[in-house]
Amino acid sequence: MTLKTDHLAGGQFYIRVQDALANAPIRANFRKAMDGLMHKRATALEDTQERESLRELAANVRLRALARLPELLIQLEKKCQSQGIQVHWAQDAQQACEQVLAICQQRQARTVIKGKSMVSEEMELNHFLAEAGIEALESDLGEYIVQLAQETPSHIIMPAIHKNTQQISQLMHEKTGTQLSHDVAYLTECARQQLRERFQQADIGLSGVNFAVAETGTLCLVENEGNGRLTTSVPSCHIAVMGIEKVVEHLEDVTPLLSLLTRSATGQAITTYFNMISRPRQPDEKDGPEVVHLILVDNGRAHLYQDPELRDTLRCIRCGACMNHCPVYTRIGGHAYGTTYPGPIGKILMPHLTGFANNAALPSASTLCGACAEVCPVKIPIPDILVRLRREAVNGDQINPSVMAEKGFKRTWKEALAWQLWAYLAQRPRLYQIATKIARLGHYWMPQSLGAWTQVRTAPRPAAKSLSQLRRDAEKSL
Amino acid sequence: MSARDTILQRLFDGRTEALGETQAQVPASQFHVLAQVKMSLPARLQAFQQAMAKVEGEVIVLTRAQWPQKMAAWLADHTQAQRILVPPAHHVLGQALAPLWQGQWGHTWQVRTYDAPIETWQAELFNEVDLAITSTRAGIAQTGSLVLWPTPEEPRLMSLVPPIHVAILDSQRLYNTFYEVLQVEAWAQQGMPTNALLISGPSKTADIEQTLAYGVHGPKRLIVFVLVDEEMAEVCDAP
Repeated sequence: MTLKTDHLAGGQFYIRVQDALANAPIRANFRKAMDGLMHKRATALEDTQERESLRELAANVRLRALARLPELLIQLEKKCQSQGIQVHWAQDAQQACEQVLAICQQRQARTVIKGKSMVSEEMELNHFLAEAGIEALESDLGEYIVQLAQETPSHIIMPAIHKNTQQISQLMHEKTGTQLSHDVAYLTECARQQLRERFQQADIGLSGVNFAVAETGTLCLVENEGNGRLTTSVPSCHIAVMGIEKVVEHLEDVTPLLSLLTRSATGQAITTYFNMISRPRQPDEKDGPEVVHLILVDNGRAHLYQDPELRDTLRCIRCGACMNHCPVYTRIGGHAYGTTYPGPIGKILMPHLTGFANNAALPSASTLCGACAEVCPVKIPIPDILVRLRREAVNGDQINPSVMAEKGFKRTWKEALAWQLWAYLAQRPRLYQIATKIARLGHYWMPQSLGAWTQVRTAPRPAAKSLSQLRRDAEKSL
Repeated sequence: MSARDTILQRLFDGRTEALGETQAQVPASQFHVLAQVKMSLPARLQAFQQAMAKVEGEVIVLTRAQWPQKMAAWLADHTQAQRILVPPAHHVLGQALAPLWQGQWGHTWQVRTYDAPIETWQAELFNEVDLAITSTRAGIAQTGSLVLWPTPEEPRLMSLVPPIHVAILDSQRLYNTFYEVLQVEAWAQQGMPTNALLISGPSKTADIEQTLAYGVHGPKRLIVFVLVDEEMAEVCDAP
């Protein structure tokens, strides 16, 4: 049976979902990967008391940081500047791209080597730089593979999770001339050799930021491969891009976040490298970038911040546990969402980044099973926010208008009219009684089929007696 | 209005209405769950070794007496390294390793220091150095991590570019948790260095179908020599 989905106004999304569901290798790759990741997280956090205490602490750290967000950003800026880091602010993706380009042009840079950064994906930076004649090369192995395939990441932690070894072997063979081999160690060694040269030649290294510490002006990067360290140490200029929500107040605040980030994401006690950068190379130092830039990217976040309930979205530390545990994500994979951030966090974040109507289907594409909220290390109530967004999509409240941009984009004139009619009747008891009587009499003529609603449900019917009728009957029988 | 002012204005505006309910209601953080992790030194050593072993980090426990010779002998037996990078003679570790320079221990290694800015010898560091020996600032038992603050004597790329990284850790500087390191050493109060690092094993990736592979961009091997006192040696089975 094919479900009717026209009414969901997310046309392209549902076409991609149908394609993904019909793609057996994709489903097998995701199923296998997500089962493995769920098991690893469970093993790494098996002490439930410790886990819950840590989650409580991590959520508290993020809440405290968000409560003081503007002050902390100012403190971070001051501290960074006093240590020689140049700070820039970008209102949207376009502005952030232009700032990166301006730095490239100022340094006459031709190549940028990149550590993993989801904000740069959000900015579509590689494409932007390519149009300006500057090559941006991904150095995280997963990102490198995805770039070779001219695709986008399908997972925020494991960008190439949708591919199996055979597909990657074929891809590397075609694009880089390696042997056709299913030996992962061989493929990894080939990538190492190919990228080592590039690190040495790159004019600029560009990275993301996992946490920025306001009190010390420190940029923290979490990684396993060492490409993040090479990116931030070898080229003479380092540009860090970060979403404005990534700031924390104190240095000690990173300890619970780091512990939960790596364990929630991949079940590791810690990643191989935790890299803390607080200033550019000093006169007596022999390596490291001479110039460090920090670009603070808003891109919808400050707007989202204005709503206390939606603001919880900004607690996210990008571990990906919500997608690893999501029954929808596991079945359709990351690309079906068509967004930079897929899965549950993507559903509640993307409407603020690229428009509510553009992401119309996302809040509805959930069973509200609650697995995401159960595993979230910072306790974001994702299902509650999904329900809130569903409500916002048809929100017509003009008395207490919400701050949500494009609110009510799904609200039809029929719906608006129905509520107006109801409001009119509800203020006139006599009319209301007549209307309910007509509805009861019309009981038998109610259509059996009510579009998409009745595909999986029986049609509702007005009761034979109204509530006031039942009350009257009850009073009589006393 | 600049982008900065617009963003900050929005954040300040967004908060006024909710100020009472959020700012006032976020209580101070309780770090008890991290602060309560307290192990004895043997337990810390064991935890450190176990965590390192999980990620293929190699840990060798040595007593302090003549540890440089013992280390050199171990490296000669267990690596094929020829060209070795060490801290300079005016550095504590460099001084301890000085006999290496003079070939006093009968090795034929070519030894050099990181004595010039990277720009002047980048190709050599990337292509020719087999192994680098660095000191560490501290260790973390819970996660099997080394704490490094690179310096002009031991720059950042020393622990990153050569295929083998050898690190010397004094067991007396083995902490329980990262939280404890930050508290006891008062990092935030004394100010952060240009670069501070936690290193927990050799470089690795699982980006190809979740299959673990070591040595993707950084060192392929991480060898940690932990120095212990004589009385600890029996507990730890140190040579």
